[in-house]
Amino acid sequence: MQEIIYSLGIDIGSTTVKTVLRENDKVIYEKYERHMAEVRKKSLEMLEEMRPLLGGKQFCVALSGSAGLGLAEACGIPFVQEVFATGEVVKTLEPETSAVIELGGEDAKILFFEGGTDERMNGSCAGGTGAFIDQMATLLDMSVDEMDALSLNHSKIYPIASRCGVFAKTDVQPLLNQGAKKEDVAASIYQAVVNQTIAGLAQGRKIRGKVLFLGGPLYYCQGLRQRFKETLGLSNENAVFPEYARFAVALGASYYAVKAAKFTDIDTLSEKIVSSISASVNTGRLSPLFEGREEYAEFRARHAGASVSEKDISTYSGKAYLGIDCGSTTTKIVLLSADKEILYSYYSSNRGNPVEIVKEQLRHIYGLCGDRIKICGSAVTGYGEELIQNAFGVDLGLVETIAHYTAAKHFLPEVDFILDIGGQDIKCFHIKNGAIDSIMLNEACSSGCGSFIETFARSMGYSIDEFAKKGLFSPAPVNLGSRCTVFMNSSVKQSQRDGATVEDISAGLSVSVVKNAIYKVIRATTPDELGKHIVVQGGTFYNDAVLRAFEQELGINVIRPSIAGLMGAYGAALRSMKLESSTIISPKELDSFVHTSKSTTCRGCTNNCHLTVNTFSSGKKFISGNQCEKGLGLKVSDEQAPNLHKFKRDYLTALSSEPKKDAKGTIGLPLALGMYELLPLWHGIFDSLGFNVKVSKMSTKRTYEKGQFSIPSDTACYPAKIMHGHVEELVEDGVDAIFYPCLTYNVDEGDSDNHYNCPVVAYYSELLGGNMESLSNTNFLYPYLNINNRRELAKELYSYLAPHFNKISIKEIKKAISKGFEAYEKYMKAVKAAGERAIAWARERGARIMILAGRPYHVDSEIGHGIDKLAASLGFAVVSEDSVCHLAEHQDVKVLNQWTYHARLYRAARFAAENKDVELVQLVSFGCGVDAITTDEVRSILEEKGKFYTQIKIDEITNLGAVKIRLRSLIGALEQ
Amino acid sequence: MEQKYIPFTEEMKKDYTILIPNMLPMHFTLISKVFNNYGFNTELLLTQGQRIKDTGLRYCHNDTCYPAILVIGQFIDALQSGKYDTDKVALIMFQTGGGCRASNYINLIRKALAKAGYAHVPVISFSFSGLEQHPGFKLTLPMLYRMMYAVLYADLLMLLRNQCTPYEMKKGEAQRLSEEWTDRLANEMTSGKMSYKKVKENYAKIVESFRNIPRAEIKKVKVGVVGEIFVKYSPLANNNLEEFLVNEGAEVTVPGLVDFCLYCIYNSLMDYKIYGLNKKTYHAYKIVYKFVLSKQRDIIDIVKANSDFEPPTPFTHTVSLVQGYIGIGTKMGEGWLLTAEMLELADKGIPNIVCTQPFGCLPNHICGKGMMKPIKEKNPNINIVAIDYDAGATAVNQENRIKLMLANSKG
Repeated sequence: MQEIIYSLGIDIGSTTVKTVLRENDKVIYEKYERHMAEVRKKSLEMLEEMRPLLGGKQFCVALSGSAGLGLAEACGIPFVQEVFATGEVVKTLEPETSAVIELGGEDAKILFFEGGTDERMNGSCAGGTGAFIDQMATLLDMSVDEMDALSLNHSKIYPIASRCGVFAKTDVQPLLNQGAKKEDVAASIYQAVVNQTIAGLAQGRKIRGKVLFLGGPLYYCQGLRQRFKETLGLSNENAVFPEYARFAVALGASYYAVKAAKFTDIDTLSEKIVSSISASVNTGRLSPLFEGREEYAEFRARHAGASVSEKDISTYSGKAYLGIDCGSTTTKIVLLSADKEILYSYYSSNRGNPVEIVKEQLRHIYGLCGDRIKICGSAVTGYGEELIQNAFGVDLGLVETIAHYTAAKHFLPEVDFILDIGGQDIKCFHIKNGAIDSIMLNEACSSGCGSFIETFARSMGYSIDEFAKKGLFSPAPVNLGSRCTVFMNSSVKQSQRDGATVEDISAGLSVSVVKNAIYKVIRATTPDELGKHIVVQGGTFYNDAVLRAFEQELGINVIRPSIAGLMGAYGAALRSMKLESSTIISPKELDSFVHTSKSTTCRGCTNNCHLTVNTFSSGKKFISGNQCEKGLGLKVSDEQAPNLHKFKRDYLTALSSEPKKDAKGTIGLPLALGMYELLPLWHGIFDSLGFNVKVSKMSTKRTYEKGQFSIPSDTACYPAKIMHGHVEELVEDGVDAIFYPCLTYNVDEGDSDNHYNCPVVAYYSELLGGNMESLSNTNFLYPYLNINNRRELAKELYSYLAPHFNKISIKEIKKAISKGFEAYEKYMKAVKAAGERAIAWARERGARIMILAGRPYHVDSEIGHGIDKLAASLGFAVVSEDSVCHLAEHQDVKVLNQWTYHARLYRAARFAAENKDVELVQLVSFGCGVDAITTDEVRSILEEKGKFYTQIKIDEITNLGAVKIRLRSLIGALEQ
Repeated sequence: MEQKYIPFTEEMKKDYTILIPNMLPMHFTLISKVFNNYGFNTELLLTQGQRIKDTGLRYCHNDTCYPAILVIGQFIDALQSGKYDTDKVALIMFQTGGGCRASNYINLIRKALAKAGYAHVPVISFSFSGLEQHPGFKLTLPMLYRMMYAVLYADLLMLLRNQCTPYEMKKGEAQRLSEEWTDRLANEMTSGKMSYKKVKENYAKIVESFRNIPRAEIKKVKVGVVGEIFVKYSPLANNNLEEFLVNEGAEVTVPGLVDFCLYCIYNSLMDYKIYGLNKKTYHAYKIVYKFVLSKQRDIIDIVKANSDFEPPTPFTHTVSLVQGYIGIGTKMGEGWLLTAEMLELADKGIPNIVCTQPFGCLPNHICGKGMMKPIKEKNPNINIVAIDYDAGATAVNQENRIKLMLANSKG
């Protein structure tokens, strides 16, 4: 008789523990549970459950999973890497599988079996996994099951940035605030996960044949399965969702256990796990937030001072003022008496539908007011400002910064620095001479904000309050870093491995949020840089651990108003006190208030903006999602403010040549990266050489999607990644050759120490050539050229082109090069002249000028997301950096000034610094390493002259709402 | 405080301590000795730990590349430690220049120093392209010679140690031997004259001494490490990658520093060939190139003649490997060399490779991650994992991915 072998596989991931126990080949026990960061405890519990099956028996065991790594080391249990384990299972159970997609809590994996096994995991910056789905469900204020059920009834899919969880969140939030249907949002979230998996992991390798889907999220979420099946075009037979999807890794671990053949019994194993707890290390921990209860009590007493008096609404009669702060995740409402006492306040998650919340609240407030209280003024601020203002006839719409400053001043008249950490964003600003002096807001990718702690608390099974309290007395908070929330998640995993408790993690998260704000958003190193009179606010500061961490990190005491989370609403209410009577919706109108939202696509231009049309019972409409006024159905006024971005786009897209009868061939030029600068040159050269020149079209989202599958490095910048789509387009057009040369050096304008291109602009062709399969049948020309030496250029171009095309002489090339440079110089002249015209136009009318500065490719309508049009619609004359840099002297900088584009940027900054009516807004592409250097420089050039510095980080995201708030904050600050 | 360029003066040479950031312990120990031999008082910073990262993050833009954060963190941490008289201390930074943002390290260091209140501390940029003038810090030919030998010696020690460690019967012996040699060679460099004959004798002795380490005849997985120069070499940056790999039962191969030096020289030649630049210096560079090549050749010959150890790959061969993958005009950061080193490892029978880079490293998008697909297509046996290093990235995620690569290891 064959001996019976018991094998136990334990898979400990970032959020769950999975165990499989087998008796020979038969599974006799399996379990899947969340471990709430208590890895050891949960493992022991499961082991106890298995006691009836295992008691007194010898069995072999192996661990797997990212959080299992540390435990295996500590206990001396065999460990198998989880992707490898999955591979072994699939090879045994489903040998005819061609690919496996496995999504876990925080890792995504893909395995290919056809033509050599290839096993891949997501890189460091890719959060679109189980934890991401959890976060999104929290955002929608529903369980994952509910979200899943909804998603099946979607009618459309919105584009959501798919690269990173944090980015996706900044896309989802405005959709919700604009009233998009939750069904559609839910499905769009799943689609983002699918896109990310395919783009980020498959990287051009086709997923076809029989595909197995594994891991918890793919087991539970029907909607996710549907999106994968549809996107990959899989038939029912080829999309396999096995019953053991959740247990594949644990099963693989049990296979490995048999192989490793390390036998043990249940008591020894338990003992090992228990003793590993004490052996766990506490290195690299932070100092505790409070030494003891006493210190905490003292701290509480000190902060109790900053409070607002309240008045009983049921007895008050007279005038009242309403302030609403419709934030990205929460809605806050304050009703003030004529003496600025709080009659009523409200703070709650907006559950994805702020209009409904405000409606309910207004009804409630009207009920409380009766006939005694009359609302004489109302104001709204925040993300949902316009929506709420339109819906309910609110009198004033306020820029957030102004609302916050108004409130903070009430608590501390001499306030000189305000830090507000809300659910989704961090805002901070200096106050100088009673006016807002500089504004810093967090970038899309550093949102270590309140909602992160909240989602985290929830995922560990705590309310935010409970979770925060736990951290107060942690003896050794863990150091979780401050790069971004996705990294923080993995730091938590790391700390679990080192035996951190929930208390330590909670405290560590608070410290991280604070460090992120100080070092990434404010960029301060000492408290002096902030100010002497600091007010901190925003819902996140209700959390004493965060407040304490902030005071500790900077070594100073600050003021936290008791209504920290209501400050925007409070400030709005204060502002509305100057009003006599209010236009706000009447109780009667409110009774019949109906709000419907519908999504549609704008056909005003080629951008095809996704619009959300909100219709209210009053007949009023509010449209959002538009990049320009066209979407609002407005007639564009005849006299438009000049917009250099548009000018450049029009100029470049108008470059054309008549199709030649006896052309030497058709050359395709991709309109992306450096081509945005040098198109006139190359176009001129090839045109003059007798080629037909085909330039790819201005980018759209579609362009990106078209090429997204061959992007090998997901952390490269968007302008680079969109290049793939341009090349695909040219290949589809059937051009004879595509040309994008490698240019280590850019045009030497004599203004900098050197004149490099950045590595991405310079050499991206190498990457395209290596990664785009479609190029294998197309002539892709990317010679290394020196454009600053025409003789060399002619020589190189000749030796490069001659073998590819007949009948090209060096003489022709030399002539063509002259023609090309003529065209290039003509273009640059035109840009500069247009810049001067724009400035003259603005000065005639006393309008403000905005240098929307970045790189040449930022004028692209997809990459720039129409920010230029938005700025123009706000009344700015928009110019580009290269159209005005000639108007200022050379700018000395403290860094190595060695890139052509950046030298222009510094000069343009100087121009803004020296001119009162000129503002500079810097566009920064996410992932642009060079801009880590330029942004600090540009900021200091401007701030030395007392000017505002505004930075807008852009990526795939299209959250124009946030950009608008930022630009309006700027205008608000300028107008003080 | 305002950020300034403070030249390192003759006066300072007398009593200033010059701090050197640590990238490669053995190499930099030797180089530090060479400096001291010429009247400088240099000290190699061997500090480690979380504090360095935190200090770096505090004083520079958090999106700056990770090596800059570490170097700045290590410098400021040292200045704040109280160990040095900050009025009598200078810093030195090695850099190559070029279109990568790394050429800005010196300026970023100065900015950070100013922020931390040390604007008066001179920062010497050590660069062959001679970006700045420091009257008290002049390189002489004999000094450069010695530095070159320091690099060659240390490359050899690293090579041999890596080939012995996994097999040694007595744990730690190869490391101990390499440290012993580092001391001995450093002292030798201090004593005035230096003959190439002696250097070659030393090579042979070094090889012999490693050959004599008793080693077990077991088969180990061979793993190569390539990547951005700082994270590739520095244990501080790569979370002790080499040690981790050895503990996982691998034999580690890391291409030598001299290859990077040759790469820099070679690029100057290519600047002439491709772009028509550097016409004047072309011939001088060519002489230097040939000279260093011959030195590498000698080491290869001596290793071959005296042992069964795997010698370094001749640079000329490394260059030839990238044909058909990437243009040799790609010269920012590690440029084509990174691609070449992956191919070189595969060529040597080391198909398992960890490609390291700082998170968001611009050149590596192209030369590292961007070349993996073509490399895999033409070398189906190759097994590469790309690992990003960053102040916020965690060892557990990195190790888990390396473990996957090891589980699939080949060769």
